[in-house]
Amino acid sequence: VAGSASERGGGRRRLTGVVTIGGLLALWVMLAAGGVVDPARFPRPVDVWRAAVQLSDRGYAGGTLLWQVWYSARLVVLGFLVAAATGVPLGLLMGMSRRAEAFINPAFLLIRPIPPLAWIPLAILWFGLGDTAKIFVIWFAAFVPALINTYTGVREIDGLFVAAARVHGASSWQIVSEIVVPGALPLIFTGLRLALQASWTTLVAAELVGAFFGLGRVLIIAAQDIYPGMIAYAMAWVALLGAAMTWALGRVERRLIPWRTA
Amino acid sequence: VADGVSGPHSGRRVRRRDALPLYSVAGFLVLFGTWFAFAHSGWVPRLVLPSVETVATTFWRLTQDPFAGFTLQQHLLSSAIRFGSGFALAAAIGIPLGLMTGWFRWLDDIVSPVFEALRFIAPIAWVPFAALWFGTGFGGPVLIIFSGAFPPCVINAHRGARLVEPRLIEAAQTLGASHWRIITEVLLPGALPAIVAGLRISAGLGWQSLIGAELIVVSSGIGYLMVQGQSNLATPIVMAGMVAIGMVGFAIDVVLRAVEARIQRRWAG
Repeated sequence: VAGSASERGGGRRRLTGVVTIGGLLALWVMLAAGGVVDPARFPRPVDVWRAAVQLSDRGYAGGTLLWQVWYSARLVVLGFLVAAATGVPLGLLMGMSRRAEAFINPAFLLIRPIPPLAWIPLAILWFGLGDTAKIFVIWFAAFVPALINTYTGVREIDGLFVAAARVHGASSWQIVSEIVVPGALPLIFTGLRLALQASWTTLVAAELVGAFFGLGRVLIIAAQDIYPGMIAYAMAWVALLGAAMTWALGRVERRLIPWRTA
Repeated sequence: VADGVSGPHSGRRVRRRDALPLYSVAGFLVLFGTWFAFAHSGWVPRLVLPSVETVATTFWRLTQDPFAGFTLQQHLLSSAIRFGSGFALAAAIGIPLGLMTGWFRWLDDIVSPVFEALRFIAPIAWVPFAALWFGTGFGGPVLIIFSGAFPPCVINAHRGARLVEPRLIEAAQTLGASHWRIITEVLLPGALPAIVAGLRISAGLGWQSLIGAELIVVSSGIGYLMVQGQSNLATPIVMAGMVAIGMVGFAIDVVLRAVEARIQRRWAG
Protein backbone atom coordinates (compact mmCIF):
# COMPACT_ATOMS: atom_id res chain seq x y z
CA VAL A 1 0.00 0.00 0.00
CA ALA A 2 2.56 2.56 1.07
CA GLY A 3 5.75 3.12 -0.83
CA SER A 4 5.08 0.13 -2.98
CA ALA A 5 5.10 2.23 -6.13
CA SER A 6 8.82 2.66 -5.71
CA GLU A 7 9.34 -0.96 -4.72
CA ARG A 8 8.39 -2.03 -8.20
CA GLY A 9 7.49 0.60 -10.74
CA GLY A 10 5.92 -0.29 -13.99
CA GLY A 11 3.04 0.32 -16.30
CA ARG A 12 1.04 -2.72 -15.24
CA ARG A 13 0.59 -1.31 -11.78
CA ARG A 14 -0.43 2.12 -13.01
CA LEU A 15 -2.83 0.50 -15.44
CA THR A 16 -4.50 -1.48 -12.66
CA GLY A 17 -4.87 1.75 -10.71
CA VAL A 18 -6.51 3.58 -13.59
CA VAL A 19 -8.79 0.63 -14.29
CA THR A 20 -9.82 0.35 -10.63
CA ILE A 21 -10.62 4.04 -10.22
CA GLY A 22 -12.35 4.10 -13.62
CA GLY A 23 -14.35 1.02 -12.69
CA LEU A 24 -15.51 2.56 -9.42
CA LEU A 25 -16.57 5.74 -11.22
CA ALA A 26 -18.45 3.71 -13.83
CA LEU A 27 -20.15 1.75 -11.05
CA TRP A 28 -21.20 5.01 -9.43
CA VAL A 29 -22.66 6.34 -12.71
CA MET A 30 -24.55 3.10 -13.31
CA LEU A 31 -25.93 2.85 -9.78
CA ALA A 32 -27.10 6.45 -9.97
CA ALA A 33 -28.68 5.97 -13.41
CA GLY A 34 -30.39 2.79 -12.24
CA GLY A 35 -31.93 4.64 -9.33
CA VAL A 36 -30.32 2.30 -6.80
CA VAL A 37 -28.86 5.06 -4.62
CA ASP A 38 -31.10 7.49 -2.76
CA PRO A 39 -30.07 10.96 -4.02
CA ALA A 40 -31.00 12.44 -0.62
CA ARG A 41 -28.27 10.34 1.02
CA PHE A 42 -25.69 9.65 -1.66
CA PRO A 43 -24.92 12.11 -4.46
CA ARG A 44 -25.30 11.22 -8.12
CA PRO A 45 -22.71 12.49 -10.61
CA VAL A 46 -25.21 15.09 -11.81
CA ASP A 47 -25.66 16.36 -8.22
CA VAL A 48 -21.93 16.87 -7.82
CA TRP A 49 -21.81 18.64 -11.18
CA ARG A 50 -24.67 20.96 -10.15
CA ALA A 51 -22.94 21.68 -6.85
CA ALA A 52 -19.72 22.47 -8.71
CA VAL A 53 -21.52 24.87 -11.04
CA GLN A 54 -23.39 26.51 -8.17
CA LEU A 55 -20.27 26.99 -6.03
CA SER A 56 -18.31 28.49 -8.92
CA ASP A 57 -21.09 30.72 -10.29
CA ARG A 58 -23.33 31.92 -7.51
CA GLY A 59 -21.33 30.74 -4.53
CA TYR A 60 -22.41 28.84 -1.44
CA ALA A 61 -22.07 29.43 2.31
CA GLY A 62 -21.10 33.06 1.76
CA GLY A 63 -18.73 32.92 -1.19
CA THR A 64 -17.68 31.35 -4.46
CA LEU A 65 -15.24 28.46 -4.73
CA LEU A 66 -12.28 30.77 -5.28
CA TRP A 67 -13.09 32.81 -2.18
CA GLN A 68 -13.61 29.77 0.08
CA VAL A 69 -10.43 28.06 -1.11
CA TRP A 70 -8.44 31.27 -0.71
CA TYR A 71 -9.85 31.80 2.78
CA SER A 72 -8.92 28.31 4.00
CA ALA A 73 -5.55 28.16 2.24
CA ARG A 74 -4.48 31.56 3.58
CA LEU A 75 -5.27 30.53 7.18
CA VAL A 76 -3.53 27.18 6.89
CA VAL A 77 -0.37 28.75 5.47
CA LEU A 78 -0.35 31.48 8.13
CA GLY A 79 -0.89 29.02 10.98
CA PHE A 80 1.71 26.63 9.58
CA LEU A 81 4.31 29.39 9.23
CA VAL A 82 3.74 30.58 12.80
CA ALA A 83 4.08 27.00 14.07
CA ALA A 84 7.22 26.35 12.01
CA ALA A 85 8.78 29.65 13.07
CA THR A 86 8.33 28.74 16.75
CA GLY A 87 8.59 24.94 16.74
CA VAL A 88 11.80 24.58 14.72
CA PRO A 89 13.91 27.11 16.68
CA LEU A 90 12.64 25.73 19.98
CA GLY A 91 13.44 22.21 18.80
CA LEU A 92 16.97 23.34 17.85
CA LEU A 93 17.39 24.94 21.25
CA MET A 94 16.13 21.87 23.10
CA GLY A 95 18.32 19.62 20.98
CA MET A 96 21.47 21.63 21.67
CA SER A 97 21.03 22.50 25.31
CA ARG A 98 20.12 19.97 27.93
CA ARG A 99 19.17 22.77 30.27
CA ALA A 100 16.66 24.21 27.81
CA GLU A 101 15.30 20.72 27.29
CA ALA A 102 14.88 20.15 31.03
CA PHE A 103 13.22 23.53 31.38
CA ILE A 104 10.73 23.17 28.52
CA ASN A 105 10.00 19.43 28.58
CA PRO A 106 7.65 19.27 31.60
CA ALA A 107 5.29 21.89 30.20
CA PHE A 108 5.49 20.22 26.82
CA LEU A 109 4.69 16.76 28.21
CA LEU A 110 1.75 18.19 30.11
CA ILE A 111 0.19 19.81 27.06
CA ARG A 112 0.98 17.11 24.51
CA PRO A 113 -1.69 14.52 25.39
CA ILE A 114 -4.43 17.08 24.68
CA PRO A 115 -5.39 16.63 21.02
CA PRO A 116 -5.23 19.89 19.03
CA LEU A 117 -8.93 19.64 18.18
CA ALA A 118 -9.74 19.85 21.90
CA TRP A 119 -8.38 23.43 21.88
CA ILE A 120 -11.09 24.57 19.48
CA PRO A 121 -13.77 25.43 22.11
CA LEU A 122 -11.22 27.33 24.20
CA ALA A 123 -9.95 29.14 21.11
CA ILE A 124 -13.50 30.23 20.29
CA LEU A 125 -14.02 31.46 23.87
CA TRP A 126 -10.77 33.39 23.77
CA PHE A 127 -10.71 34.72 20.22
CA GLY A 128 -14.17 34.25 18.70
CA LEU A 129 -14.80 32.75 15.28
CA GLY A 130 -12.28 34.84 13.32
CA ASP A 131 -8.76 34.29 12.02
CA THR A 132 -6.96 34.50 15.38
CA ALA A 133 -8.79 31.50 16.82
CA LYS A 134 -7.96 29.42 13.74
CA ILE A 135 -4.29 30.34 13.76
CA PHE A 136 -4.10 29.59 17.49
CA VAL A 137 -5.54 26.10 17.04
CA ILE A 138 -3.40 25.35 13.97
CA TRP A 139 -0.37 26.45 15.96
CA PHE A 140 -1.09 23.87 18.65
CA ALA A 141 -1.56 21.15 16.04
CA ALA A 142 1.53 21.92 13.97
CA PHE A 143 3.91 23.08 16.68
CA VAL A 144 4.31 19.64 18.29
CA PRO A 145 5.48 17.61 15.25
CA ALA A 146 7.74 20.48 14.11
CA LEU A 147 9.40 20.63 17.53
CA ILE A 148 9.74 16.89 18.18
CA ASN A 149 11.28 16.10 14.81
CA THR A 150 13.67 19.04 14.90
CA TYR A 151 14.74 18.00 18.38
CA THR A 152 15.27 14.38 17.29
CA GLY A 153 17.17 15.54 14.20
CA VAL A 154 19.58 17.61 16.27
CA ARG A 155 20.06 14.79 18.77
CA GLU A 156 21.01 12.37 16.03
CA ILE A 157 23.87 14.49 14.73
CA ASP A 158 27.25 12.95 15.49
CA GLY A 159 28.77 14.95 18.35
CA LEU A 160 32.15 14.48 16.70
CA PHE A 161 31.26 17.01 13.96
CA VAL A 162 30.49 19.64 16.55
CA ALA A 163 33.63 18.89 18.51
CA ALA A 164 35.74 19.04 15.33
CA ALA A 165 34.26 22.38 14.34
CA ARG A 166 34.87 23.74 17.82
CA VAL A 167 38.49 22.63 17.75
CA HIS A 168 38.92 24.48 14.47
CA GLY A 169 37.59 27.63 16.06
CA ALA A 170 34.06 27.79 14.69
CA SER A 171 31.76 30.24 16.41
CA SER A 172 28.50 29.12 17.99
CA TRP A 173 26.62 30.72 15.14
CA GLN A 174 28.70 28.83 12.58
CA ILE A 175 28.09 25.56 14.41
CA VAL A 176 24.34 26.15 14.38
CA SER A 177 24.08 27.32 10.79
CA GLU A 178 26.60 24.98 9.19
CA ILE A 179 26.36 21.78 11.19
CA VAL A 180 23.27 21.59 13.34
CA VAL A 181 20.68 22.93 10.89
CA PRO A 182 21.90 21.10 7.78
CA GLY A 183 22.35 17.90 9.78
CA ALA A 184 18.86 18.05 11.19
CA LEU A 185 17.25 19.26 7.96
CA PRO A 186 15.88 15.91 6.72
CA LEU A 187 14.08 15.30 10.00
CA ILE A 188 13.02 18.94 10.20
CA PHE A 189 11.24 18.46 6.90
CA THR A 190 9.63 15.22 8.07
CA GLY A 191 8.30 17.25 10.99
CA LEU A 192 7.13 20.05 8.73
CA ARG A 193 5.27 17.61 6.50
CA LEU A 194 3.46 16.14 9.49
CA ALA A 195 2.84 19.66 10.77
CA LEU A 196 1.31 20.71 7.47
CA GLN A 197 -1.06 17.75 7.39
CA ALA A 198 -2.05 18.40 11.00
CA SER A 199 -2.62 22.09 10.17
CA TRP A 200 -4.99 21.24 7.38
CA THR A 201 -7.02 18.65 9.35
CA THR A 202 -7.27 21.01 12.28
CA LEU A 203 -8.35 23.97 10.20
CA VAL A 204 -11.10 21.96 8.50
CA ALA A 205 -12.30 20.80 11.93
CA ALA A 206 -12.20 24.33 13.32
CA GLU A 207 -14.18 25.62 10.34
CA LEU A 208 -16.73 22.84 10.83
CA VAL A 209 -17.20 23.88 14.46
CA GLY A 210 -17.56 27.56 13.69
CA ALA A 211 -16.33 29.93 11.00
CA PHE A 212 -17.50 32.71 8.70
CA PHE A 213 -16.02 31.29 5.47
CA GLY A 214 -13.83 28.45 4.24
CA LEU A 215 -14.19 24.91 2.92
CA GLY A 216 -15.13 23.55 6.36
CA ARG A 217 -17.90 26.13 6.47
CA VAL A 218 -19.12 24.95 3.05
CA LEU A 219 -19.14 21.36 4.37
CA ILE A 220 -21.14 22.11 7.49
CA ILE A 221 -23.70 24.29 5.68
CA ALA A 222 -24.11 21.56 3.05
CA ALA A 223 -24.63 19.06 5.88
CA GLN A 224 -27.31 21.26 7.41
CA ASP A 225 -29.02 21.72 4.02
CA ILE A 226 -28.77 17.94 3.38
CA TYR A 227 -27.03 18.63 0.06
CA PRO A 228 -24.95 15.49 -0.69
CA GLY A 229 -23.65 16.84 -4.00
CA MET A 230 -22.07 19.84 -2.27
CA ILE A 231 -20.70 17.69 0.56
CA ALA A 232 -18.93 15.44 -1.95
CA TYR A 233 -17.63 18.39 -3.95
CA ALA A 234 -16.29 20.18 -0.87
CA MET A 235 -14.64 16.95 0.33
CA ALA A 236 -12.94 16.59 -3.02
CA TRP A 237 -11.53 20.10 -2.62
CA VAL A 238 -10.37 19.33 0.92
CA ALA A 239 -8.45 16.34 -0.46
CA LEU A 240 -7.14 18.28 -3.45
CA LEU A 241 -5.82 21.20 -1.38
CA GLY A 242 -4.26 18.82 1.14
CA ALA A 243 -2.46 16.99 -1.66
CA ALA A 244 -1.38 20.25 -3.33
CA MET A 245 0.14 21.60 -0.12
CA THR A 246 2.02 18.37 0.59
CA TRP A 247 3.33 18.43 -2.98
CA ALA A 248 4.45 22.07 -2.69
CA LEU A 249 6.33 21.36 0.54
CA GLY A 250 7.99 18.39 -1.18
CA ARG A 251 9.23 20.76 -3.90
CA VAL A 252 10.72 23.09 -1.30
CA GLU A 253 12.35 20.13 0.42
CA ARG A 254 13.98 18.90 -2.78
CA ARG A 255 15.27 22.40 -3.45
CA LEU A 256 16.75 22.75 0.05
CA ILE A 257 18.06 19.21 0.50
CA PRO A 258 19.46 18.24 -2.88
CA TRP A 259 21.62 15.54 -1.30
CA ARG A 260 18.59 13.60 -0.18
CA THR A 261 17.27 11.48 -2.99
CA ALA A 262 14.24 9.86 -1.37
CA VAL B 1 25.50 17.30 20.30
CA ALA B 2 24.83 18.56 23.77
CA ASP B 3 27.78 16.59 25.05
CA GLY B 4 30.04 18.31 22.57
CA VAL B 5 28.59 21.70 23.32
CA SER B 6 28.93 21.40 27.07
CA GLY B 7 32.68 21.01 26.73
CA PRO B 8 35.30 18.38 27.27
CA HIS B 9 35.59 18.70 31.05
CA SER B 10 33.62 15.67 32.09
CA GLY B 11 33.65 16.60 35.76
CA ARG B 12 31.81 19.82 35.02
CA ARG B 13 29.36 18.00 32.85
CA VAL B 14 28.42 15.58 35.60
CA ARG B 15 27.73 18.39 38.02
CA ARG B 16 25.51 20.10 35.46
CA ARG B 17 23.54 16.96 34.86
CA ASP B 18 22.74 16.81 38.56
CA ALA B 19 21.24 20.26 38.32
CA LEU B 20 18.94 19.29 35.46
CA PRO B 21 15.91 18.31 37.59
CA LEU B 22 16.05 21.81 39.05
CA TYR B 23 15.47 23.20 35.57
CA SER B 24 12.49 20.91 35.15
CA VAL B 25 11.02 22.08 38.44
CA ALA B 26 11.65 25.65 37.33
CA GLY B 27 9.80 24.93 34.08
CA PHE B 28 6.77 23.68 35.97
CA LEU B 29 6.85 26.62 38.36
CA VAL B 30 7.10 29.16 35.55
CA LEU B 31 4.18 27.57 33.69
CA PHE B 32 1.80 27.33 36.64
CA GLY B 33 3.16 30.49 38.25
CA THR B 34 2.40 32.50 35.12
CA TRP B 35 -1.09 31.04 34.97
CA PHE B 36 -1.65 31.71 38.69
CA ALA B 37 -0.29 35.25 38.48
CA PHE B 38 -2.31 36.18 35.41
CA ALA B 39 -5.53 34.68 36.78
CA HIS B 40 -5.17 36.52 40.10
CA SER B 41 -3.75 39.77 38.78
CA GLY B 42 -7.10 41.04 37.57
CA TRP B 43 -5.62 42.02 34.18
CA VAL B 44 -7.39 39.18 32.48
CA PRO B 45 -11.13 38.70 33.01
CA ARG B 46 -12.07 35.58 34.98
CA LEU B 47 -14.21 34.59 32.04
CA VAL B 48 -11.16 34.36 29.83
CA LEU B 49 -8.68 32.79 32.23
CA PRO B 50 -10.06 31.05 35.32
CA SER B 51 -7.57 30.25 38.05
CA VAL B 52 -5.98 26.84 38.50
CA GLU B 53 -8.09 26.20 41.61
CA THR B 54 -11.32 27.05 39.78
CA VAL B 55 -10.54 24.54 37.06
CA ALA B 56 -9.71 21.89 39.67
CA THR B 57 -12.93 22.44 41.65
CA THR B 58 -14.96 22.56 38.41
CA PHE B 59 -13.44 19.23 37.44
CA TRP B 60 -14.50 17.79 40.79
CA ARG B 61 -17.98 19.30 40.55
CA LEU B 62 -18.47 17.86 37.04
CA THR B 63 -17.85 14.37 38.41
CA GLN B 64 -20.63 14.93 40.98
CA ASP B 65 -23.34 17.02 39.28
CA PRO B 66 -24.54 16.38 35.72
CA PHE B 67 -23.72 19.01 33.09
CA ALA B 68 -25.18 18.85 29.56
CA GLY B 69 -27.27 15.90 30.74
CA PHE B 70 -24.60 13.71 32.30
CA THR B 71 -21.74 13.69 34.77
CA LEU B 72 -18.18 13.80 33.54
CA GLN B 73 -17.74 10.04 34.00
CA GLN B 74 -20.89 9.31 31.97
CA HIS B 75 -19.72 11.62 29.16
CA LEU B 76 -16.32 9.93 29.21
CA LEU B 77 -17.93 6.50 29.18
CA SER B 78 -20.05 7.28 26.13
CA SER B 79 -16.96 8.67 24.36
CA ALA B 80 -14.96 5.60 25.36
CA ILE B 81 -17.59 3.20 23.99
CA ARG B 82 -17.64 5.03 20.66
CA PHE B 83 -13.87 5.10 20.58
CA GLY B 84 -13.55 1.40 21.41
CA SER B 85 -16.03 0.43 18.69
CA GLY B 86 -14.46 2.56 15.97
CA PHE B 87 -10.94 1.54 16.91
CA ALA B 88 -11.85 -2.17 17.05
CA LEU B 89 -13.54 -1.91 13.66
CA ALA B 90 -10.51 -0.18 12.13
CA ALA B 91 -8.18 -2.85 13.51
CA ALA B 92 -10.48 -5.73 12.52
CA ILE B 93 -10.65 -4.55 8.90
CA GLY B 94 -7.33 -2.74 8.54
CA ILE B 95 -4.93 -5.39 9.83
CA PRO B 96 -6.24 -8.27 7.66
CA LEU B 97 -6.41 -5.94 4.67
CA GLY B 98 -2.83 -4.79 5.21
CA LEU B 99 -1.57 -8.37 5.57
CA MET B 100 -3.45 -9.45 2.47
CA THR B 101 -2.18 -6.55 0.34
CA GLY B 102 1.26 -7.45 1.66
CA TRP B 103 0.85 -10.99 0.33
CA PHE B 104 -1.29 -10.73 -2.82
CA ARG B 105 0.26 -8.31 -5.32
CA TRP B 106 -2.89 -8.11 -7.44
CA LEU B 107 -4.93 -7.07 -4.41
CA ASP B 108 -2.36 -4.41 -3.57
CA ASP B 109 -2.56 -3.09 -7.14
CA ILE B 110 -6.33 -2.74 -6.79
CA VAL B 111 -6.51 -1.37 -3.24
CA SER B 112 -3.57 1.05 -3.33
CA PRO B 113 -4.96 3.66 -5.75
CA VAL B 114 -8.31 3.86 -3.94
CA PHE B 115 -6.60 3.98 -0.57
CA GLU B 116 -4.15 6.68 -1.66
CA ALA B 117 -6.94 8.79 -3.12
CA LEU B 118 -9.13 8.54 -0.01
CA ARG B 119 -6.24 9.10 2.40
CA PHE B 120 -5.99 12.75 1.43
CA ILE B 121 -9.46 13.43 2.79
CA ALA B 122 -9.04 14.58 6.38
CA PRO B 123 -11.00 12.20 8.68
CA ILE B 124 -12.94 15.12 10.05
CA ALA B 125 -14.23 15.98 6.57
CA TRP B 126 -16.28 12.78 6.71
CA VAL B 127 -18.47 14.30 9.42
CA PRO B 128 -21.30 15.46 7.11
CA PHE B 129 -21.62 12.12 5.31
CA ALA B 130 -21.19 10.16 8.53
CA ALA B 131 -24.08 12.06 10.06
CA LEU B 132 -26.19 11.68 6.92
CA TRP B 133 -25.57 7.95 6.51
CA PHE B 134 -25.31 6.66 10.06
CA GLY B 135 -26.86 9.34 12.26
CA THR B 136 -25.23 11.41 14.96
CA GLY B 137 -25.74 9.02 17.88
CA PHE B 138 -23.42 6.07 17.48
CA GLY B 139 -22.83 5.04 13.86
CA GLY B 140 -21.72 8.45 12.60
CA PRO B 141 -19.02 9.04 15.26
CA VAL B 142 -17.83 5.45 14.86
CA LEU B 143 -17.29 6.08 11.13
CA ILE B 144 -15.23 9.20 11.93
CA ILE B 145 -13.03 7.28 14.39
CA PHE B 146 -12.71 4.52 11.84
CA SER B 147 -11.57 6.93 9.12
CA GLY B 148 -8.93 8.34 11.47
CA ALA B 149 -7.70 5.01 12.84
CA PHE B 150 -7.88 2.89 9.67
CA PRO B 151 -4.88 4.10 7.58
CA PRO B 152 -2.12 3.39 10.15
CA CYS B 153 -3.56 -0.11 10.72
CA VAL B 154 -3.40 -0.90 7.00
CA ILE B 155 -0.05 0.74 6.33
CA ASN B 156 1.78 -0.87 9.23
CA ALA B 157 0.34 -4.34 8.67
CA HIS B 158 1.31 -4.04 5.00
CA ARG B 159 4.85 -2.84 5.71
CA GLY B 160 5.28 -5.42 8.46
CA ALA B 161 4.19 -8.21 6.13
CA ARG B 162 6.58 -6.99 3.44
CA LEU B 163 9.50 -6.99 5.85
CA VAL B 164 9.02 -10.59 6.98
CA GLU B 165 12.13 -12.56 6.11
CA PRO B 166 11.70 -14.22 2.69
CA ARG B 167 13.45 -17.33 4.05
CA LEU B 168 10.58 -17.97 6.46
CA ILE B 169 7.98 -17.56 3.72
CA GLU B 170 9.92 -19.81 1.35
CA ALA B 171 10.26 -22.46 4.06
CA ALA B 172 6.51 -22.40 4.63
CA GLN B 173 5.87 -22.60 0.90
CA THR B 174 8.24 -25.52 0.54
CA LEU B 175 6.30 -27.34 3.24
CA GLY B 176 3.13 -26.76 1.24
CA ALA B 177 1.43 -24.12 3.38
CA SER B 178 -1.71 -22.55 1.91
CA HIS B 179 -2.10 -18.78 1.34
CA TRP B 180 -4.28 -18.65 4.44
CA ARG B 181 -1.73 -20.39 6.64
CA ILE B 182 1.12 -18.24 5.34
CA ILE B 183 -0.83 -15.09 6.18
CA THR B 184 -1.97 -16.20 9.64
CA GLU B 185 1.05 -18.22 10.74
CA VAL B 186 4.00 -16.50 9.07
CA LEU B 187 3.08 -12.93 8.12
CA LEU B 188 0.89 -12.09 11.14
CA PRO B 189 3.40 -13.05 13.82
CA GLY B 190 6.26 -11.59 11.79
CA ALA B 191 4.48 -8.29 11.35
CA LEU B 192 3.17 -8.06 14.92
CA PRO B 193 5.66 -5.46 16.22
CA ALA B 194 4.88 -3.19 13.26
CA ILE B 195 1.14 -3.80 13.69
CA VAL B 196 1.22 -2.83 17.36
CA ALA B 197 3.22 0.30 16.55
CA GLY B 198 0.51 1.12 13.99
CA LEU B 199 -2.22 0.54 16.55
CA ARG B 200 -0.66 3.14 18.81
CA ILE B 201 -0.71 5.74 16.04
CA SER B 202 -4.26 4.65 15.17
CA ALA B 203 -5.46 5.09 18.73
CA GLY B 204 -4.10 8.63 18.89
CA LEU B 205 -5.65 9.64 15.57
CA GLY B 206 -8.94 7.90 16.37
CA TRP B 207 -9.23 9.57 19.76
CA GLN B 208 -8.50 12.95 18.21
CA SER B 209 -11.05 12.36 15.42
CA LEU B 210 -13.69 11.40 17.98
CA ILE B 211 -13.18 14.66 19.85
CA GLY B 212 -13.63 16.51 16.55
CA ALA B 213 -16.81 14.60 15.74
CA GLU B 214 -18.24 15.23 19.19
CA LEU B 215 -17.54 18.94 18.90
CA ILE B 216 -19.60 19.09 15.73
CA VAL B 217 -22.55 16.72 15.72
CA VAL B 218 -23.02 14.60 18.82
CA SER B 219 -25.31 15.12 21.83
CA SER B 220 -23.28 13.35 24.50
CA GLY B 221 -19.62 12.65 25.17
CA ILE B 222 -16.69 14.67 26.38
CA GLY B 223 -16.48 16.82 23.24
CA TYR B 224 -20.15 17.68 23.56
CA LEU B 225 -19.61 18.68 27.20
CA MET B 226 -16.93 21.14 26.03
CA VAL B 227 -19.13 22.62 23.30
CA GLN B 228 -21.91 23.14 25.82
CA GLY B 229 -19.44 24.75 28.20
CA GLN B 230 -18.28 27.00 25.38
CA SER B 231 -21.78 28.15 24.44
CA ASN B 232 -22.50 28.86 28.13
CA LEU B 233 -19.27 30.89 28.26
CA ALA B 234 -18.07 28.56 31.02
CA THR B 235 -14.31 28.55 30.49
CA PRO B 236 -13.61 26.36 33.58
CA ILE B 237 -15.84 23.62 32.15
CA VAL B 238 -14.04 23.77 28.81
CA MET B 239 -10.65 23.55 30.53
CA ALA B 240 -11.79 20.70 32.79
CA GLY B 241 -12.92 18.88 29.65
CA MET B 242 -9.49 19.39 28.09
CA VAL B 243 -7.85 17.95 31.20
CA ALA B 244 -10.13 14.90 31.07
CA ILE B 245 -9.44 14.38 27.35
CA GLY B 246 -5.71 14.66 27.95
CA MET B 247 -5.88 12.13 30.78
CA VAL B 248 -7.82 9.58 28.75
CA GLY B 249 -5.58 10.05 25.70
CA PHE B 250 -2.55 9.62 27.93
CA ALA B 251 -4.01 6.46 29.51
CA ILE B 252 -4.72 4.93 26.08
CA ASP B 253 -1.16 5.65 25.02
CA VAL B 254 0.33 4.18 28.21
CA VAL B 255 -1.62 0.93 27.78
CA LEU B 256 -0.62 0.52 24.12
CA ARG B 257 2.99 1.48 24.90
CA ALA B 258 3.10 -1.31 27.51
CA VAL B 259 1.71 -3.80 24.98
CA GLU B 260 4.24 -2.64 22.41
CA ALA B 261 7.18 -2.95 24.81
CA ARG B 262 6.07 -6.42 25.83
CA ILE B 263 5.74 -7.66 22.28
CA GLN B 264 9.05 -6.20 21.23
CA ARG B 265 10.76 -7.85 24.18
CA ARG B 266 9.28 -11.23 23.30
CA TRP B 267 10.13 -10.88 19.62
CA ALA B 268 13.67 -9.73 20.30
CA GLY B 269 14.30 -12.70 22.60
